[in-house]
Amino acid sequence: MINLTINGKSVSVPEGVTILEAAKQNNIYIPNLCYLEGVHKFGSCRLCVVEVEGARTLQASCMVPAREGMVVRTNTEKTRKARKALYELILSDHPKDCLSCERNRSCELQEMGDILGVTEARYNGEKSKGRIDISPSITRDMSKCILCRRCITVCNQIQNVGVLNAQNRGFETVIGTAMDLPLNTVNCAYCGQCTIVCPVGALKETDAIQDVWNAINDKNKRVVVQVAPAIRVAIGEDLGYEPGNIVTGKLATALRELGFDDVFDTNFTADLTIIEEGTEFLTRVKNALTGGQATLPMITSCSPGWIKYVEHSFPEKLDHLSTCKSPHTMLGALAKSYYAEKIKIDPKDMYVVSVMPCTAKKYEVSRPEMQNNGVPNVDAVLTTRELAKMIKEAGIDFRNLDDAQFDNPLGLSSGAADIFGVTGGVMEAALRTVYELVTGRQLPFDKLHVTPIVGLQQIKEAEFTIENPLEAYKFLDGVTVKVAVTSGLSGAKVLLEQIAKGESPYHFIEVMGCPGGCISGGGQPRPTTPEIRQKRLEAIYREDEGKELRKSHENKYVTKLYEEFLKEPNGHKSHELLHTHYTKRGKFNEYIIK
Amino acid sequence: MSSEALSCQCCCDEESDQQKYQRIAEIIEKYKNREGSLIQVLHLSQSIYGYLPLELQIFIADHMDKPLSEVSGVITFYSFFSTQPRGKHTIRVCMGTACYVRGGKKLIDRLEGILGVSVGSTTEDKKFTFEIARCIGACGLAPAMMIDDVVFKQVNPDKLESILAKY
Ligand code: SF4
Ligand code: SF4
Ligand code: SF4
Ligand code: FES
Ligand code: FES
Repeated sequence: MINLTINGKSVSVPEGVTILEAAKQNNIYIPNLCYLEGVHKFGSCRLCVVEVEGARTLQASCMVPAREGMVVRTNTEKTRKARKALYELILSDHPKDCLSCERNRSCELQEMGDILGVTEARYNGEKSKGRIDISPSITRDMSKCILCRRCITVCNQIQNVGVLNAQNRGFETVIGTAMDLPLNTVNCAYCGQCTIVCPVGALKETDAIQDVWNAINDKNKRVVVQVAPAIRVAIGEDLGYEPGNIVTGKLATALRELGFDDVFDTNFTADLTIIEEGTEFLTRVKNALTGGQATLPMITSCSPGWIKYVEHSFPEKLDHLSTCKSPHTMLGALAKSYYAEKIKIDPKDMYVVSVMPCTAKKYEVSRPEMQNNGVPNVDAVLTTRELAKMIKEAGIDFRNLDDAQFDNPLGLSSGAADIFGVTGGVMEAALRTVYELVTGRQLPFDKLHVTPIVGLQQIKEAEFTIENPLEAYKFLDGVTVKVAVTSGLSGAKVLLEQIAKGESPYHFIEVMGCPGGCISGGGQPRPTTPEIRQKRLEAIYREDEGKELRKSHENKYVTKLYEEFLKEPNGHKSHELLHTHYTKRGKFNEYIIK
Repeated sequence: MSSEALSCQCCCDEESDQQKYQRIAEIIEKYKNREGSLIQVLHLSQSIYGYLPLELQIFIADHMDKPLSEVSGVITFYSFFSTQPRGKHTIRVCMGTACYVRGGKKLIDRLEGILGVSVGSTTEDKKFTFEIARCIGACGLAPAMMIDDVVFKQVNPDKLESILAKY
């Protein structure tokens, strides 16, 4: 521990912390803008300046380590004046159109003006030219960028993709892609993690709200909506709830009030995914063990950011991906076939909207692979943030809504489907079903949770040995199944490199593109701090444990779907509607340019 | 006509692009695992290829296993890297304070007329790349300019043509 004085108060802090952190630990707030706890320290805004006795100049407290005997003052006339001047300098090169900006009232720059008590903007400088770059998932408006560089850290260090970096120098500096290439021509995974950390209106999802309103207003369209598992534990944050609240019932009501004709649950097709993917896995293992051809490990395919990442970075390894479409695309495909037939509607007159915690899903639905008979499976994707905006825009008093259920036949789900929203959840859901299918016994874990793969660590693994399987699975007797789980693209890279070297010890791998899984997806409410992530995770497991049904294969509407329509898992109809293939892209899109 | 004949007839001793890329690949192999070697690799690549177009940046990023945005970030940060083809010689007119006050702008106007291109570009015959500089240390004898490594002091705009004629 080291001892120092901050604002006349003696404090002790662990060695290695910065002045800013030392102050925070002792409940002293130092204004800061570019700093992001646990993620990013760069020292570009300098709003965190403090006076340190013996230092000639003001010090950026987020960068300078606390040292023994230091005497720090955070709140003096000098620091206050300096911060205001620095803030006004940022404003001198900023559009200031807050009233019509997407971050109005959720903008960290705006909030900082309030905190610093800024009442004037004295400097009016030349504005750096900002370009607007619209890709299917992400929109970048660089005129709003304050050069905090958080997105660079997230894209390079956390996601290990490296699409964004500082270009040019001095006043010309912009945060962008190589040679200013549009985002849709480079290897961006569209994970949207950069949009979560951007403090201002520079990085955001590409808006789909008006398209969805148009569809709702169109009398000739049957508008179907579905919500992903991770929405119900997060959207409350944008509607006045504390993190960790589950608002499933109110969400269903709000969607009806917005004017959607059918309110379905992506959870239903999460259960279905388990049947399809579980069957695919067992078939691959069987082939491998009985001398046939099979690519193992098999890797989950529900996360389109992850899919795009593999297509760019490991184009030779696409065979490892499960051929299952992501759950919301499956639901779209079934709504426009199974359900459309039931209600006697032409699929062309149906409009499917997915509410997702994800920005990559916006891009996913535009892929040619996600169509059947020339009709896209899903027509529009809204992020959690966008749906919250629509609810506000419609004047819905969310807190006082009654609880309701999702519509059938695509609305019932088990707890196994809920946990699709969190890292480790898809694997656990799959094991709950596969283990029981193979042995006839329940998965031997307390409350059905596969504890080694629960939690926010980057790479998790588990193994278990199959004993006394049912007759049909005798080939698995005594086999030790090894699984791994990772979330975030850095971890995915590690596991893929193992595979590329032929050293992967696993049979089955779950990958989610965002660190922590969908609970911290690129479309979720801002901010997503480690504490908030933990609360959303706990809420998901609560939702799971609160359900009567805990295993996907117990979902009777899934059973009915097979009886009435699909006939059998991985059968002909399934392959046509629920499975897909992938596209080799290459890091520089070299495969698709040719 | 055989491809061999096609590839080399006019530019006799000039290296082909393929040979240049080959040499750059060898350089990368040598420097790849050294900490902070990207700048050196870029320098050497530019001296081989003349400039650093996007295709070459991709080649370097790929072989050094670095993000393309990082490679281009370094290139656009330093003014000595160029992403456009460069002329055989580089003219830099000083626009530091002293030179600016004492007629630097006039030199620029005149040169634009003579060369037929504006600042930041290369002449059509690829002879000159025309740029401005910030103080080249000859303030006492402003206005100053450089052609490659040679400094010209107290430049008289009327003499520009005869200076260029020597190149
Ligand atoms: S980014 Fe923030 S400060 Fe800038 S215009 Fe938008 S709301 Fe206002
Ligand atoms: S969406 Fe993901 S991959 Fe693309 S720039 Fe943002 S952080 Fe990087
Ligand atoms: S785009 Fe956003 S996160 Fe990135 S540097 Fe600019 S303000 Fe910061
Ligand atoms: S918060 Fe310290 S420099 Fe920005
Ligand atoms: S200003 Fe031109 S040489 Fe110094």
